[in-house]
Amino acid sequence: MDDLIRQHILPSLKNDALDELGDSARLKLASGSLCFTTDSYVVKPLFFNGGDIGKLAVCGTVNDLAVAGSKPVALALSLIIEDGLEMELLDKILASIGQTARKTGIDIVTGDTKTVETGAADRIFINTAGIGVRPAGVDLGFEKIAVGDKIIINGTIGDHGMTIISQREEMKFQSQLKSDCASLAGLIRELLENTDGIKFMRDPTRGGLAATLNEIARSTAMSVKIRETDIPVRPAVQTAADMLGFDVLTIANEGKFVAVVSPEFADDCLRICRNNKLGKDAKIIGEVVETLDVPLVEIETQIGGKRIVQMPYGRELPRIC
Amino acid sequence: MLDRINKAQGVIDAACETLGRQINIMEVCGTHTVSIFRNGIRSILPKNLKLLSGPGCPVCVTDQGYIDAVLRLADRDDCIIATYGDMIRVPGKDGSLETKQAKANIRIILSSEDALQLAKDNPEKTVIFVAVGFETTAPATAVVVKEAAEGAIDNICILSGHKLVVPAMRALLSEKNHNINAFLCPGHVSAIIGYGAFGGIVEDFDRPCVVAGFEPVQIIEGLCEICRQLSAGKAELKSIYSAVVTEKGNIAAQKIVDECFEPADGYWRGLGKIGKSTLKLKDKYDRFDAFGRFGISDEPGEEIKGCRCGEVLCGLIDPTECGLFGRDCTPQEPVGPCMVSSEGACAAWYKFGREKRR
Repeated sequence: MDDLIRQHILPSLKNDALDELGDSARLKLASGSLCFTTDSYVVKPLFFNGGDIGKLAVCGTVNDLAVAGSKPVALALSLIIEDGLEMELLDKILASIGQTARKTGIDIVTGDTKTVETGAADRIFINTAGIGVRPAGVDLGFEKIAVGDKIIINGTIGDHGMTIISQREEMKFQSQLKSDCASLAGLIRELLENTDGIKFMRDPTRGGLAATLNEIARSTAMSVKIRETDIPVRPAVQTAADMLGFDVLTIANEGKFVAVVSPEFADDCLRICRNNKLGKDAKIIGEVVETLDVPLVEIETQIGGKRIVQMPYGRELPRIC
Repeated sequence: MLDRINKAQGVIDAACETLGRQINIMEVCGTHTVSIFRNGIRSILPKNLKLLSGPGCPVCVTDQGYIDAVLRLADRDDCIIATYGDMIRVPGKDGSLETKQAKANIRIILSSEDALQLAKDNPEKTVIFVAVGFETTAPATAVVVKEAAEGAIDNICILSGHKLVVPAMRALLSEKNHNINAFLCPGHVSAIIGYGAFGGIVEDFDRPCVVAGFEPVQIIEGLCEICRQLSAGKAELKSIYSAVVTEKGNIAAQKIVDECFEPADGYWRGLGKIGKSTLKLKDKYDRFDAFGRFGISDEPGEEIKGCRCGEVLCGLIDPTECGLFGRDCTPQEPVGPCMVSSEGACAAWYKFGREKRR
């Protein structure tokens, strides 16, 4: 995917905003910074424990705006519907979209609907695009990151991905797992308004924590060191991942952010997170360290051993979001 | 847990210092290999203690001839190939099941029962079950053979690639240039065959055999037991996985395997032909034998050029010593099976190790 973006898509569509490959594009306007992003949602099953495709389509795009430091302002919504989708189901999805948007305080201001013939889509696909405003003084980016900075995550990892995998019919795998799908806009706003020292944020969705930390290492030429025992994982998620042979570090999240924070502000950030329902399990999981040979992510295992955390590769699990 | 690990580590350190020389312990189970890498166990061991990843990954030990036979069968219009997911990307002479998937009828299954269900659902086709694996998966294959016989479901057959661990371990120790001082014996296989099955290796080759579980603390305690024996100049059979493994193993599972299969000579990647090391369907079930039904020879296949998976499987080289590793052979574009399977030694080195290229 990374190669496809860098070698095929970027050269053809080149512009400064896209080239940053941020979670949102920053558009320089006279009045300040706008953030602009889009994402498509093809999750299967459409309804899962903890959410549905509608909630996901709002939260996913809102979170991409929020981790870029912006306050989400407006969403565009496009629906691609397979002929024959039950109207009752569509109503349920639209209700979920409306409810999630209201809860997040964002308006869906424009949209589009297409219907395609049976077999040309799988029931419903959704695209959302979003605009956010980044207040003056908020300045996040890879270039701010320095050796010694702390890595914070706002809670347990792997919940969304393992929920989806376990609910897929073909897995026939029953469990009590629940997706973490949630809008992070409120928590991130509290953080940015009440602490300094946040240098970078990203939501570890596809590719999980492993992908996000490797992106940090690659983009900063610094290394990242994390401790396995400090990474919050629900026992049910760990067990499911172990049973199915997945590394929980690579499993998608839909209600999590990774923040890189100056060490002197790390405790403040933790305190603010833990006062919010979406950050009650927040932890400092590691640090940015100097690179010895090549930038990499290293994990200290539960037994005190060391190993590398690779950028996830190989076939990605299809239709996880 | 850390207390137990520290204690075991202390014994390992002291034993390795006393021994002074290079000690090589081979694990013969892919799940051990992955756990060792995932937990960074190698990084906490003394320098003169080396862990070798032996022939413990079923996909890796499967001979090239078998892979090519599966690929030829996949070209038939009248068949459905039912395979476990880890076989799908193993390259053969003519692509892989994955590259054939668009045209051929190939289904990934999670259990042997799924193969039987496929046969029931597709009476006009013959389902060929690509049955690979050690003693752990053979009972599930045997159950399906029996069910097919009892239900007169004749449109299923088994391409048995099942292998037996103990003959392979004996074959490794019979090689003149082997460098194995002890075995960390596989937990899952032992649950089926019983730890007593390794007794002959201890007696005949004077090598410690210790059965351990897959948690890092269990692996380290297994290594500790081996080091304790080596430093005392002993070679003993021991299981430290008593919650799961008994001396005699799972009798019911053994019985059903015996009913359907008999040991036969067969080919292993890297190890060549090993006497009575594979499982062949018994005569009374030969109508379910895909080798017979489709006239497939069990002759060895041509090895892939430049691929040193065979030497990796015998513990003779580290994956990084292979010229293809990390450059021409990666998990994204694997050349050899040890890079395909997540339990393969090359894949584990690539995923968890610092060295990505030779």
